[in-house]
Amino acid sequence: MLDGTTAEIKPREALRINPAKTCQPIGALYASLGINGCMPHSHGSQGCCAYHRSHLTRHFKEPVVATSSSFTEGASVFGGLANMTQALSNIFTIYNPKIVAVHTTCLSEVIGDDIPMMIKKATEEGIIPAGKRVIHANTPSFVGSHVTGFASMVTGMVKYLSESSGKSRAQLEEDGQLNVIPGYVDPSDMRELKRIIKEMGVKTVFFPDTSGVLDLPQDGHYRMFPHGGATVEEIKSAGDSVGTIALGHFASHPAAAKLDEKCNVPAALLELPYGLTNTDRFIHALRNYGGVDVPAAIGEERGRLLDAMSDMHQYFHSQRVAIAGDPDHVIALTQFLVELDMKPAYVITGSSGNHFEQRLAEILKDHAPDAIVKQNTDLFALHQWIKNQPVDLLIGNTYCKYISRVENLPFVRFGFPILDRMGHRYFPTVGYTGALRLMELINNALLDHKDRECAEENFELVQ
Amino acid sequence: MIDLLPGRERQIVRKDGGAPAADMACGKASAAGSVSQRACVFCGSRVVLYPICDALHVVHGPIGCAAYTWDIRGALSSGPQLHRNSFSTDLQEMDVIYGGEKKLEAALLELIEHYQPKAAFIYSTCIVGLIGDDVSAVCKRVATKTGIPVLGVHSEGFKGTKKDGYKAACEALYKLVGTGDTAGIGPHSINILGEFNLAGEAWIIRDYYKRMGINVVATITGDARVEDIRRAHGAKLNLVQCSGSMTHLAKMMERDHGIPFKRVSYFGIEDVSAALYEAARFFKDDPAIMDRTQQLVREEVAGIYPELQRYKQKLIGKRAAVYVGGAFKAFSLIRILRMLGMETSVVGSQTGDQEDYRQLQEISDPGTIIVDDSNPLELAKFCLEKDVDLFIGGVKERPIAYKLGIGFCDHNHERKEPLAGFVGMVNFAKEVYASVASPVWQFAPRRAHRAAVLRELARAETPATAPTPPTI
Repeated sequence: MLDGTTAEIKPREALRINPAKTCQPIGALYASLGINGCMPHSHGSQGCCAYHRSHLTRHFKEPVVATSSSFTEGASVFGGLANMTQALSNIFTIYNPKIVAVHTTCLSEVIGDDIPMMIKKATEEGIIPAGKRVIHANTPSFVGSHVTGFASMVTGMVKYLSESSGKSRAQLEEDGQLNVIPGYVDPSDMRELKRIIKEMGVKTVFFPDTSGVLDLPQDGHYRMFPHGGATVEEIKSAGDSVGTIALGHFASHPAAAKLDEKCNVPAALLELPYGLTNTDRFIHALRNYGGVDVPAAIGEERGRLLDAMSDMHQYFHSQRVAIAGDPDHVIALTQFLVELDMKPAYVITGSSGNHFEQRLAEILKDHAPDAIVKQNTDLFALHQWIKNQPVDLLIGNTYCKYISRVENLPFVRFGFPILDRMGHRYFPTVGYTGALRLMELINNALLDHKDRECAEENFELVQ
Repeated sequence: MIDLLPGRERQIVRKDGGAPAADMACGKASAAGSVSQRACVFCGSRVVLYPICDALHVVHGPIGCAAYTWDIRGALSSGPQLHRNSFSTDLQEMDVIYGGEKKLEAALLELIEHYQPKAAFIYSTCIVGLIGDDVSAVCKRVATKTGIPVLGVHSEGFKGTKKDGYKAACEALYKLVGTGDTAGIGPHSINILGEFNLAGEAWIIRDYYKRMGINVVATITGDARVEDIRRAHGAKLNLVQCSGSMTHLAKMMERDHGIPFKRVSYFGIEDVSAALYEAARFFKDDPAIMDRTQQLVREEVAGIYPELQRYKQKLIGKRAAVYVGGAFKAFSLIRILRMLGMETSVVGSQTGDQEDYRQLQEISDPGTIIVDDSNPLELAKFCLEKDVDLFIGGVKERPIAYKLGIGFCDHNHERKEPLAGFVGMVNFAKEVYASVASPVWQFAPRRAHRAAVLRELARAETPATAPTPPTI
């Protein structure tokens, strides 16, 4: 009965059915939580803030804190300056964060509120206590998606906080500090990336970093500002790094470009380290920039992944896959699926950006040239394509579960948000070890489905 | 005492056991910069109307408002599942500049042709209120073209609080009420307002009335059909459960159709019995209804009583914190918890009014902390101060409770078991017990620490001639 989708595809001009994206502010809020001691602030009406907090809480199962300018009709007529001033005053007086990261909403953008002016005014009036910072990003909901919102806030961190102290290149190389911008990934992934970096012996500034913020142990306390997150000082020193490794064209590259422009820090613009090749590239970049050798332990992790890929390769061969999600995730994951000899059939994102289609055309040109690759679309469209020509596996966020149920498809939950399963909070999907987990999820989904659906005579004990 | 936001002092009251404290300052907008648990006008409208399952619900605005309200409420339907999709005009920058009316009209025509809904609700979001789209005009045109009611909901997020959203939803609903044929509706007929069929609760309640011999014309809006709402004015009595959201509709129906209304609650034995008797008393022209009601209540109570007693024995003396959307639910919860032998030490709501808080003070135990429009820090500190064993709240409060090592029960959108009716009382007791008595809390630092202290005390009281460990 959930099946309101028809195979007949009519051109749709004006509407979105079952979106594969959400709005900018939530991405900005998530990024803000990756700064130590940060209060994310939503400059708009209260609902936005409440929705973002609820949505993030459902994904992370963690308290998510943020404040709102609590716009009313008055603010929308006279502008939000009074609300912002009162908000900053209240936030610093009561909650006392180290930094406030303001993001805008459709409401404040249409009114035309000038956030930098407001911050300046608050500074002049002494509302922002000495040593505290306020940064901002413009994130109107009618532009981009949650991914661009995330990217804008990370870029905002660089704009406001990163500084070059004017050290010589030789000095910087001797310091050997490297920036890593991890992209819109889960805290578990950030934790794993930091583990790899540590294993490699590279000194990094890692931001934003939501590990230690949104994956806290239970210790009997509620803390508004947990111990994790990149500190303001660290992000400041990103201007003195020898280079930046930015993971993801959409979520991370804009901040890396800004760092290069502002502080002359050269950047390696990589994709998210999902699967073998993309992790190789990440390790390679760490080795090059950090001037280190790859330790044996990392080599072994790679070897174990390769071994698993060999062991199981026949199960992946030619399996048709539909993939939906955020552009950086989908691009990198599709690369891994190709390495596994799977056949991506439909590859979509709700976000806009031509890079998505161009890059995927490159990745798929030899392996699956007939794949439908589409930006700025929705899950209704994906469902229609699947109805017309089915797939063997569906990979996407929780909202894909409707399609999975109606079409009886094996389904791997991947990306943001995951509202109905637990693994993503603890088990990373980045790096060689993360790739093993991805493989396990895919393989188990396919084989569980086969065991459930196949004829009795084909029901096999050993796979 | 904890830090409070300036101006929030009067939104928190401690019942001192004597006369009720001064009136609380509630119903006001949250201070800018507070970490409020509150939402917006759109949220209020959306949660109230969304369960109407054969209607099309289109969110006119940027994508977020539609994305965050996509099938989050667990309002079950026995038929169509149309309401579980997410439809949005996904407004873009150009639409903001040039207006979104055309886009909205095209979207509506496409969708109505595809899904053939019985009506369409168009929710205005913040931005629509600013760019000046004439949603009413679009609705009118589309209604004429398609022949179905197309109803604009004035739910621009910033134009008030969640309560104003309820009101906007009632206004939209009221355009449907009175447009259907009331033929065949008997003299003993009611509507149930403010029941959203979370986890199938409306089905349980409708069954009670059926057994009493009362015809339920429309449940508004749980498992509702447009046709039922259109003929709801044929009922003789309105029972209003979620009074915060639906009193406005009930008042309009009383004004124009002479249908009286009663506030009821279906949570807890006392309240659900009272709600059933309320209807039975109303239809006193047929004494058989009262007889059947008495029998129903007797049977149902007898059916659940032994199990409830078992839970009560385990729960007696435990303390709870309650933080819910509407205050009326808090009344029920205090009574239910009391019936389970539990004490409500902290109670609050997002949207209560002065009268609500006065009543809350009246029924609360001495020492209870009463809060309006609270925030995580306050809630956490009150929970620790009162050393509660259970938190009853919504999605944002759950992880806070767990971090503190406190059990939790969702009495909001994410309940998985029906908590209404007699069977709901047992489900509630079971859920509370399952969480409060979960073995996980014995490992939680808060409890582990307490256990260590108790061990320490026990050791101190043990005589010096305690048995020495055996030697090998």
